[in-house]
Amino acid sequence: MSGKQREYRGRIRSTQSLKKIFRAMELIAASRIGKARERVGMAAPYTRAIQRSISSVAYHSDTDHPLTSERPDTNRVAMLVVTADRGMAGAYSANVLREAERLRERLEAEGKEVVQYASGRRAVSYYRFRHRELAGSWDDGSDAPEFARAVEIADALSEAFLKGAAEGGVSEIHVVYTRFRSMVTQEPWVIRMLPIEVVEGVEESTGEIEPLYDFEPSADEVLDALYPRYIRARIFTCLLQAAASELANRQRAMNTAVTNAEDIIRQYTRLANSARQAEITQEISEIVSGADALAASS
Amino acid sequence: MAATITVDIVAPDQTLWSGTARSVSAPTVEGSIGLLAQHEPVLAVLRAGSVAVVGEDGARTEVAIEGGFLSFDQDKVTIVADAGSGLAAYE
Repeated sequence: MSGKQREYRGRIRSTQSLKKIFRAMELIAASRIGKARERVGMAAPYTRAIQRSISSVAYHSDTDHPLTSERPDTNRVAMLVVTADRGMAGAYSANVLREAERLRERLEAEGKEVVQYASGRRAVSYYRFRHRELAGSWDDGSDAPEFARAVEIADALSEAFLKGAAEGGVSEIHVVYTRFRSMVTQEPWVIRMLPIEVVEGVEESTGEIEPLYDFEPSADEVLDALYPRYIRARIFTCLLQAAASELANRQRAMNTAVTNAEDIIRQYTRLANSARQAEITQEISEIVSGADALAASS
Repeated sequence: MAATITVDIVAPDQTLWSGTARSVSAPTVEGSIGLLAQHEPVLAVLRAGSVAVVGEDGARTEVAIEGGFLSFDQDKVTIVADAGSGLAAYE
């Protein structure tokens, strides 16, 4: 076998083993995505219940809470970016990071200073490489987030929000993550987490007498219990949606990789075949011309 | 038929109990609250303890919670339980 042929065969073999890996990762992503979507669904009633309660408290009482009020005393704002831990998910993390950079530009144009938080190893290494300081980072479990992680992140962000301006407090908190709309559509999405805007789900007055809520122990204390839970639940929802998006992206990317591997294998098989034929043709012509030479000399 | 209330007990990652019931009692930070149909709207902070639901058929279910809050409005009660609550752990 000549050098050319051996080279082609070698490439085919290595592409075949890569293809097996891609196929396996595609299947893993496909099997986990169902579960991830289920978790998004299971977390929804909790978030909805909290949201409804917050709306009714905001509607039926006029208490002010530090988490809902704007802070004009500092121009620092925090941004949390949620990406994957691993690559192999196409442009998933790159898209989120691009959206984050856009948001940063917008905020800086407004004269604000951005404090960066990152979840997911891709985001952490992206900012490390650019020597941007990270105020907080979490770099594992991006494809199967635990509620405890959401609590950690939410508490870190709320703490930054409640700190005084001199101690590095921030006036706004934005979250950049990937929203899972369907199996084929996931898009980078920005939400402003804090201060909380209580607008969702407030029912318009129907002309009847408004139900007067009884707060136990008091409206303030109910709010104190509600808001941290609300932020945790929303962060958790973001993490779950990002995880589902990550898996969907990974499945798609791996599917494409398998197709590409097949293309390469087909292409190299053709090349290897034509190299083999060329070699045979050459051998035949060598034998024929050798025989001719012998016949001529005798 | 006695008036019933709709009950949803939800945790961050799952719905713990859902259905209609005759009464619900829950541990609040100030003591304990019992809810029947036609109760006035209430929002209460809960402490760790056990929520008891008496179903339509009189069957009693208890759900252990780690804290949370409760909202009652128009014969619909929603109990938001903190992580770690529940009949059985998730997964």
